[in-house]
Amino acid sequence: MRPAPSIVVFTTLSGAGYGLLFWLGLLRPLGLVPGDAPFAVAALLLALALVTAGLLSSLAHLGHPGRAWRALSQWRSSWLSREGVAAVATYVPAGLLLPALLLGWQGAAAALGLLAAAGAAATVYCTGMIYASLKPVREWRHPLVVPGYLLLAAFSGAALLAMLGAFRGDGAAPMALAILAGAAGFALKRAYWRGIDAAPPVATPESATGLGVIGTVRTLDPPHTETNYLLREMGFRIARRHAARLRRVALAAGFAAPIALLLLALPAGGAAAAALATLAAALALLGLLVERWLMFAEATHTVTLYYPPSAR
Amino acid sequence: MTSLPDPAPGAKKLGLVIDLDTCVGCHACAVNCKEWNTSGHLAPLPDFNPYAAGAEGVWFNRVHAYEAGEGEAGRTVHFPRSCLHCEQPACVTVCPTGASYKRAEDGIVLVNPETCIGCGLCAWACPYGARELDEDAGVMKKCTLCIDRIYNETIPEAQRQPACVLTCPARARHFGDLGDPESAVSRLVRERGGYDLMPEMGYRPVNKYLPPRRRAVAGAPPQEAAPRAEEIANPLLRWVDRVLSR
Repeated sequence: MRPAPSIVVFTTLSGAGYGLLFWLGLLRPLGLVPGDAPFAVAALLLALALVTAGLLSSLAHLGHPGRAWRALSQWRSSWLSREGVAAVATYVPAGLLLPALLLGWQGAAAALGLLAAAGAAATVYCTGMIYASLKPVREWRHPLVVPGYLLLAAFSGAALLAMLGAFRGDGAAPMALAILAGAAGFALKRAYWRGIDAAPPVATPESATGLGVIGTVRTLDPPHTETNYLLREMGFRIARRHAARLRRVALAAGFAAPIALLLLALPAGGAAAAALATLAAALALLGLLVERWLMFAEATHTVTLYYPPSAR
Repeated sequence: MTSLPDPAPGAKKLGLVIDLDTCVGCHACAVNCKEWNTSGHLAPLPDFNPYAAGAEGVWFNRVHAYEAGEGEAGRTVHFPRSCLHCEQPACVTVCPTGASYKRAEDGIVLVNPETCIGCGLCAWACPYGARELDEDAGVMKKCTLCIDRIYNETIPEAQRQPACVLTCPARARHFGDLGDPESAVSRLVRERGGYDLMPEMGYRPVNKYLPPRRRAVAGAPPQEAAPRAEEIANPLLRWVDRVLSR
């Protein structure tokens, strides 16, 4: 599958933004992050900026961005529509959280924060389900895809909250959470890659053509001499031979390095902790961009079974 | 509405039956489809760089060719691929806007180009590659089963069939109601063992494919009949034959 930059950027940035919103809403009532209004407002604005930038990026993927509002209508059947509804709905408590924080309404801020956290989790869950519901793409049907989207959003969001907390000299709780989520994400991605490498294909050229009763099916003449939309979109193979190296880059830069930096920042404190946590968050986001790119580049679609093996 | 219509008992299921035994791979179906549909219900079917290297465009029908089996048992099979108007079309249910829909009255799967946002999710959801994005108009395009021909009362009744079916010189394509067990296409499917593509995906295609017929098994090579002695007219040769036959 072609890794459209608009979608890679969207799921990475919005995932981090929703993760940040989730932890802010959850940890603030528990007193695990600085309780003052300026800190919470800064975290909220960063979360909303990331979410909004990601959603705007996703519009760039559409043939008709001006009609995007129509995507809110089919939530009964479509996970993409549900994602849109959840994203818009999450803006309501997240938006109201801002005046509640500025006016010091602690009870309302706690309730709105928890609602925003629930909305953030629901939105990321819908994002994962868009992919997990597509039968023709076996790499996306894998049971670790949805947990992966949720966990990586939690990881990157916690890393961002740890960065903000470190600047205030109080980022221990989100740092610990980011380390735990990062370690879990590391293990999950390794298990996912092992899983998709070992899984059998969902269909074969024999079942795609029904000619298996005669014998092994080989392509003879292509239907078109030039490429087409199907091959460009679904037969994306560029740099797949670098997949093993990119997996290592994603694991090292996206998970191992941020975890190590946060482990150093945890006891450090002060400006050193802030610098280390900032670097950790930046590396986590970069690593997730690589991971998300691989999510697409490594995914195969059954339509390529109709084309020569070189297109699969 | 992208929720699927409730299947009414006895409802029409219009679709195609494609005979892989007689298809000669001439691409006439694909060309006539393009010709009709570029000014039809989902018009246009654009081409990019049509007169230069890298020419490509939107087609509803693509004709592949395969080899199946080995040696003498091997076959060359021409294989037209288009929308199968599935009974469980995930391309419809994933659509976030309702632009993609399945008609309750005849089961045809269509796209409303006025409300399609061009997100491409339906093309991802189709295992068969039936949908191609019109990158000019920014909306998804697909086979309409020539909905503007089959119900068109301004053309002679004999022509109220999909363009691909009408043009096929080998009569390899058949159009009809696969929901009616007594229709000509349903009988054809029964008699010839018509099958679904990728049944393991669970999309339950309406279109069916007829397998290549079993080739007649070649027996032992024919024996040349040896002439009997009385059939040799020349007396000298008749004598030589008798001597040599001893």
